[in-house]
Amino acid sequence: MSDWRLLWRSIRAENRIFWRTPIGAFFTLGLPLIMLVLFVALFGNDPIGTEYGDITTAQFYAAGLGVFAAASATYTNIAIGLSMRRDEGILKRVRGTPIPPWVFLGGVMLSAVWIAIFATTVMVGLGMVAYGVELEAAKIPAMLVSFLAGTICFATLGVALASVAKSAASAPAIANATMLPMGFISNVFIPLDNPPKWLTLAGDIFPLKPFAVSFTEGMSPFSEAPAFEWDRLLVLLAWTLVGMAVSWRRFRWEPVVGASTGRRSRRAAAI
Amino acid sequence: MSPAIEVTDLTKRYGDLRAVDGVSFSVEPGEVFAILGPNGAGKSTTVEILEGHRKRDGGLVSVLGIDPAKGGREYRNRVGIVLQSAGIDKELSVREVLDLYATAYTRRRPVDEVLEAVELTEKADARVRSLSGGQQRRVDLALGLIGDPELIFLDEPTTGFDPAARRRSWELVRKLTADGTTVVLTTHYLEEAEQLADRVAVMSGGRIVAEGTPEALRANADSGTVIRFALPSVNAPLSDLLDPLVGEASGRDRRIEIVTSAPTADLAHITAWAVDRGIELQGLVVESMNLEDVYLQLVGDETGDAAT
Ligand SMILES: Nc1ncnc2c1ncn2[C@@H]1O[C@H](COP(=O)(O)OP(=O)(O)O)[C@@H](O)[C@H]1O
Ligand SMILES: [Mg+2]
Repeated sequence: MSDWRLLWRSIRAENRIFWRTPIGAFFTLGLPLIMLVLFVALFGNDPIGTEYGDITTAQFYAAGLGVFAAASATYTNIAIGLSMRRDEGILKRVRGTPIPPWVFLGGVMLSAVWIAIFATTVMVGLGMVAYGVELEAAKIPAMLVSFLAGTICFATLGVALASVAKSAASAPAIANATMLPMGFISNVFIPLDNPPKWLTLAGDIFPLKPFAVSFTEGMSPFSEAPAFEWDRLLVLLAWTLVGMAVSWRRFRWEPVVGASTGRRSRRAAAI
Repeated sequence: MSPAIEVTDLTKRYGDLRAVDGVSFSVEPGEVFAILGPNGAGKSTTVEILEGHRKRDGGLVSVLGIDPAKGGREYRNRVGIVLQSAGIDKELSVREVLDLYATAYTRRRPVDEVLEAVELTEKADARVRSLSGGQQRRVDLALGLIGDPELIFLDEPTTGFDPAARRRSWELVRKLTADGTTVVLTTHYLEEAEQLADRVAVMSGGRIVAEGTPEALRANADSGTVIRFALPSVNAPLSDLLDPLVGEASGRDRRIEIVTSAPTADLAHITAWAVDRGIELQGLVVESMNLEDVYLQLVGDETGDAAT
């Protein structure tokens, strides 16, 4: 019972930390919104050719950028946050208390999922209010399932990335070097209409496109309700298992000796 | 009562380095035990093994009747850990941090009481980021205490403090330990060990080189006088000089050092011996040995910078 209370408290603490770090909040929430506004302004809001059929720019991007924001809120933020806090010795401190590892990591992941829900809701909400984006009630369960599968998958991969990153200096580089290329081949930054076969294949294998497609199908007027994309969800599940396996084997609570970021040494000097 | 801590023949290697090299000691419940030694002596390695943070290579360790390597959650519920250096989430306020960690323990001290004890009541709602280094160190201490531990580890709690802040921290530690909490403290300040500890183990190069109450160490020091001089090359047998001495002689390269409890008699004998043979003793000094001398002698020259 008290473990659940502890989990609840750590989710809330993680949430506070997020909102009190304005730069992180801007990249996670603000930037994708700005991209939506910008893309609609640049391309107009007429129907464009996409894999889902001809849908409006806003309909495509509210879903695609919503997924992108959700993936950043989980994958990128968790990877950077955890490796930074490991370098600072915060994880080592946690390990010296009776807080169970699953509660700590659960707090980090669930708080990230909560922020992702917020980010995507704002994105889709802005699309509905400002650009006539439409939802169909019958497809909302499919969107929710896709969203949960996707954010849990990317949260797990965030923990996995923090586990293999040597220091807080390398984590953002790895996160961006994996996220951004995926963004271009995953129906997130640009609509793919008949791309070369190998690009389709690359997108299908990595987790961002399965997340984006399964979510956007739920928002496409051409899909048939209930619009579940089981094969895409299966890919997400597979990546979740990969993330769990890597985290299980490689997660560390202590900074890697000799890979300090300087932040730690500054702190040590201040004491 | 069984000891709170029992360590037998503890060893830890990093590659070829024997960071902890056959260390044994025990700590009674309620005792304040200090491990005193220069940087690199192996203090943190030793306490972090006791805390369950590091794995040992050999030896037996029992803390509160538990092997820390296997203790897990139940063990960590009973001890407080103040690491030599560990971060705190800087975006949270002091109270939020304490509230969060307090939830983890089955026994806990009221947050306000702990804040008061570490003199941070006024900073309760300040972000950790806005605190000075010394104030953050007191948050460390507060977090070590929040679970009302039976035993608390303090790894160099005052390193880097100015003398006044250090003195205030000592008051604090005394206050906090008055209720019988067992304390294991590491420090490279001789005075800190003397002020706080019931018993001190002096550590150097991974070994314990002396152990006892501060009084015993001081008594050793006070009873000693050091006579130092250098001999020119002489043919006379040195046994005539050294054998009748009350004190202990040691020497290298003709430099002789005698630690004695009878300086007057020994000095008379030495000077008579030299005058009889027409020998001039170079650089002859007689001085009383202080605790610092004892410590420096025990840990060798490497402390030169660490002890400042
Ligand atoms: N994780 C580590 N890897 C390699 N060497 C280490 C590690 N931790 C400590 N050492 C080395 O072990 C020795 C003892 O270190 P430590 O226990 O930190 O000493 P102290 O706390 O007394 O200053 C030092 O020479 C230090 O460089
Ligand atoms: Mg140390």
